Amino acid sequence: MATAHSKTAARLMISPAVLLLLGWMLVPLGMTIYFSLLRYNLLMPGMESFTGLDNYRYFLTDPAFYAAFKNTLLLVGGVLLITTVGGVLLALLLDQDFWGQGIVRILTIAPFFVMPTVSALVWKNMFMNPVNGLFAYLFQALGLEPYDWLGSAPLFSIIWMVSWTWLPFATLILLTALQSLDREQIEAAEMDGAGALARFFYITVPHLSRAATVVVLIETIFLLSVFAEILVTTNGGPGYASTNITYLVYAQSLLQFDVGGGAAGGIVAVVLANIVAIFLMRMIGKNLDA
Amino acid sequence: MSRRSSTRRKALMTVLAWAVGLLLFFPILWTVLTSFKTEAVAIADPPVWFNFDWTLENYATVQERSNYGRHFWNSVVVSVGSTLLGVIIAVPAAWAMAFVPGKRTRDILMWMLSTKMLPPVGVLIPIYLIFRNLGLLDTRIGLVIVLMLINLPIIVWMLYTYFKEIPGEILEASRMDGAGLREEILYVLTPMAVPGIASTLLLNVILAWNEAFWTLNLTAAKAAPLTAFIASYSSPEGLFYAKLSAASTMAIAPIMILGWFSQKQLVRGLTFGAVK
Amino acid sequence: MGSITLSKITKTFGPKEVIPPLDLQINEGEFVVFVGPSGCGKSTLLRLIAGLEDVTSGQISINGEEVTLAPPAKRGLAMVFQSYALYPHMSVKKNIAFPLKMAKKSQSEIDEKVTNAAKVLNLTEYLDHRPGQLSGGQRQRVAIGRAIVREPAAFLFDEPLSNLDAALRVNMRAEISDLHRQLETTMIYVTHDQVEAMTMADKIVVLQAGRIEQVGAPLELYETPRNKFVAGFIGSPRMNFIEGHEAAKHDAHTIGIRPEHLTISTESGAWQGKVGLAEHLGSDTFLRVDAGPLGELTVRAIGDVKVKYGDTVFLSPDPSKIHRFDAGGLALR
Repeated sequence: MATAHSKTAARLMISPAVLLLLGWMLVPLGMTIYFSLLRYNLLMPGMESFTGLDNYRYFLTDPAFYAAFKNTLLLVGGVLLITTVGGVLLALLLDQDFWGQGIVRILTIAPFFVMPTVSALVWKNMFMNPVNGLFAYLFQALGLEPYDWLGSAPLFSIIWMVSWTWLPFATLILLTALQSLDREQIEAAEMDGAGALARFFYITVPHLSRAATVVVLIETIFLLSVFAEILVTTNGGPGYASTNITYLVYAQSLLQFDVGGGAAGGIVAVVLANIVAIFLMRMIGKNLDA
Repeated sequence: MSRRSSTRRKALMTVLAWAVGLLLFFPILWTVLTSFKTEAVAIADPPVWFNFDWTLENYATVQERSNYGRHFWNSVVVSVGSTLLGVIIAVPAAWAMAFVPGKRTRDILMWMLSTKMLPPVGVLIPIYLIFRNLGLLDTRIGLVIVLMLINLPIIVWMLYTYFKEIPGEILEASRMDGAGLREEILYVLTPMAVPGIASTLLLNVILAWNEAFWTLNLTAAKAAPLTAFIASYSSPEGLFYAKLSAASTMAIAPIMILGWFSQKQLVRGLTFGAVK
Repeated sequence: MGSITLSKITKTFGPKEVIPPLDLQINEGEFVVFVGPSGCGKSTLLRLIAGLEDVTSGQISINGEEVTLAPPAKRGLAMVFQSYALYPHMSVKKNIAFPLKMAKKSQSEIDEKVTNAAKVLNLTEYLDHRPGQLSGGQRQRVAIGRAIVREPAAFLFDEPLSNLDAALRVNMRAEISDLHRQLETTMIYVTHDQVEAMTMADKIVVLQAGRIEQVGAPLELYETPRNKFVAGFIGSPRMNFIEGHEAAKHDAHTIGIRPEHLTISTESGAWQGKVGLAEHLGSDTFLRVDAGPLGELTVRAIGDVKVKYGDTVFLSPDPSKIHRFDAGGLALR
C-alpha cells in the first residue's frame, strides 16, 4: 500500500491537522513560558520587566498554592475513588439479568451528558442549599440540623457533584469491558471448578483492570482541570478551601490580572498534568497496534 | 450459555438496578419537574412531587428575560461548527495514518493525543490576549476555532480507529479501478466510514456543547453559549429555582437525546480506542 | 495487447530483501501462475506489477511501454483481490460500473458494458443487490465483472479462490479458465495451491524466497523439475526423497521418486517396508510405508489395495521416473 506517490499524498493530507495542533500547542505555550518570566500585570500596561524565576518562587511559596495543590489532590483522588469503586459495583449490577436493562442503562448514563454549569447549579441550589435544598428538608425530616454543605464542606460538595458526572462514565466503560469478557472463559473456569468468588477474582478482575486503568487515567486528565463547578458554586472559597490549581491560575490571571504569576502557575499545572499524561500515553500506546 | 437465574434473583436485581438508576437520574428528574412549577411551589416545604399545577410559564419567562434562544443558537453554532470543521481537517489526516502508515505515524498519533492533555490554564493567558488583540473575544468564530482545536485530537483518533477497520484491499481495488486520491476518499472511503464519521460527529458535538472552560472564559453576553448563560444563574439575584430548572432542562435535553444514541461510540471515543 | 516484461526488479522492505533481482517475460494472452509457499514473495510480485507497491530498482514494461513509476490507475491492469474487495455500499451494478465511471465513460456505454458483463457472469438478476447479500461465488463473479469491463491489458488475480469452499473452488477454477479462453487476455494468477497452478496455467512460475526457481509449462515442471524444491512442490502427494546408499547407486546425492511411480506388491520388490498408514479412497490408495534405512515413503496405488497397518509390503520404483539431484539440490540430467 505504500508507493512514493501515496506517501507524498499522505504527508500532504496529514499536515493541516499537524500544523494546527503544533501551532495550538507551541505558540501559546511558548508565550506562557515567556510571560512567566516577566513582571506583567494587565492593570499596569507597559510596565513589563524581566524577573527571572521570581513568579515561580512567589507562586510555589504562596500558601494559596499549597492549599490549591492539596485540594487538587483531594478532588482528583476523591472523585477517582468514588467513581472507580462505585463504577465497578454498578457495572457488575448492570451486567446482571434484570427487567428494563435498556432503560436503567439510559438513566445511569444520563448525568454524564449534563453540562458542568447546570450540574453544579442544580446541586448547589436545589439540593445543597441549607434553607430550600432537598438535603436540608431530608435532614429536618430525620430530625437533624440542616447542614450548609457548600459553606461548611465546600470541597466535599464539589467532589460530590463531580463524582455524579463521572460515575456514569466509569460505569459505562467498565460495563463495556465486562461485556466483552469471553463467556466461554467463565464457563471454562466453572468447568475447572472455580466458584463464583474465584471466578470474579481470577477472571473478571484481571479483565477489568485494564479498563479501570484507562478510566483512572482519563478521568485524571479531566479532573485536574475542574473549573466550572468551582466557579459557579464557591468561587474557590471560603478562603482557599475549594480552590484547585486550575481555579487558582484563573483567579490570578483574569481576576487579579497578574499575567506573570498566572503564567507561572499555568506552567506548574502543565508539568503536573504531564506526569499523569506519560502514564496514560504508555497505556494507550500499548494498544495502538494490537 | 444459559445461566441458572431464578425469577427471584432476577426480581431482586431488577429492584436494585432500578433503585440505583433512579437515584442517579433523580437530580435530572427533579430539575425537569421543578421547571414546571411556580417559584413558590419550587421551594415549598415539604417538597411537592407531582400534584401541582403544571405550568410552562418559566420557559416563556426565561426566553423573554434573557433571550434564551440566542444562547441556545450560540451553542448549536459553536458545537456543530467546531465539530464539522474538525472533521473536515481530520478525515484526510486519519486516512493518511490509517492507510499509509509510516515509521512516524504512531508518534504523530501519540503526540496529537498529548496535546489533549495540555491543561487549558497552561495556555489561558496567551489565548485570552491573542483573542483580545484579534477582536475574537466574545465571538462565535473564536469559540469555534478553540473548540475545534481542543477536540481535533479526539476526532482524528476516532476516525483513525474507524478507518483502520476498513480493509485496505478495497481502497487498493479503487486505485486499480482508476480512482485518484480524491475519488478514493470521496466515493469509497467516506461512504464506507459513514457510521464511524457519524459517531465521531455526535460525540464531539456533545463534548463541545458541554465544554465549560473556554466557553466561560472567552465569552461575555453576545456569543455566550448555554454553559456560560447558565453560569449567570449563579449570582444570588438569579436564585429562581423554577426558572433555573427551565433553562437547565432546555440546555441538557437536546444533548441527552444525542448522548443516548451514541453510548457505544462514547466509550471508544473517550478511551481513544483502548476500550471497545 | 498484454505483454509484460520485468527486468532486474528488486523490492526491499527496510533492510529485508523480499525480491532479489528478478527477470520475467509474460507474453500476450498467456495464463501465468505464480506459485510458491506462503511468504515466497508471489503476492508482492503481483502488487509490484499492479503498481500498488513501488519497485526498489529495476524496470516494468507493459506492451513495451515503461510503467515502472506509473500509478496503478495508469497501467491498464485489472485486479481481483483475495477478499474480492467489493465496495459494500454500492450495488452490484455500481460496483461493476465503478472503473468505467472513473474513466469518465458515457452513461450509455457504462450501461451496455455492465449489462454484457452481468450476462456473461450470470449476475443479471443480482444487479441491484448489495455485495453483502451475495454468496461467496457470486461475490467472486462481481469482482471478476468489475475487472473485465475495463478491458484491461492483463488481469491480476491474488489468490482469488482461497475464501471459497472446496466444491465451489473447482467450479470457479473452470469458470476462470473458460473466461481466459473467451477473452484471450493475459492473466497473472497468484496461488499457493499447486493444483490450481497445474490445472489452469499455460506457464507456471515457481517462487521461493523471492527467487524464481523454475518457469515452465505444468507438465514440464512435473516431469523435469530443475531442482529439489520444484520437485517437492509440484505434484501431490509430495515426491519421496531418498539419500545415502540407495542414491549413490544412481550416482546422485539424493534421488526422488513420486508416490505414483512406486509399484506395491505383497510378495516381492526392490524395497521392503511396513505399512504405517493406509488411506483407502476407493479410486486410489495412499500408503505411508516405513522402509527402514530409506525412511518413510508415500505410495499412491490406483484402485483399492488390500493392505492394512503393520503389513509387510514390497515397493519397486519405475526406473525411468527416478529423479536425481546433486548435493546442492540441482537436478542431474
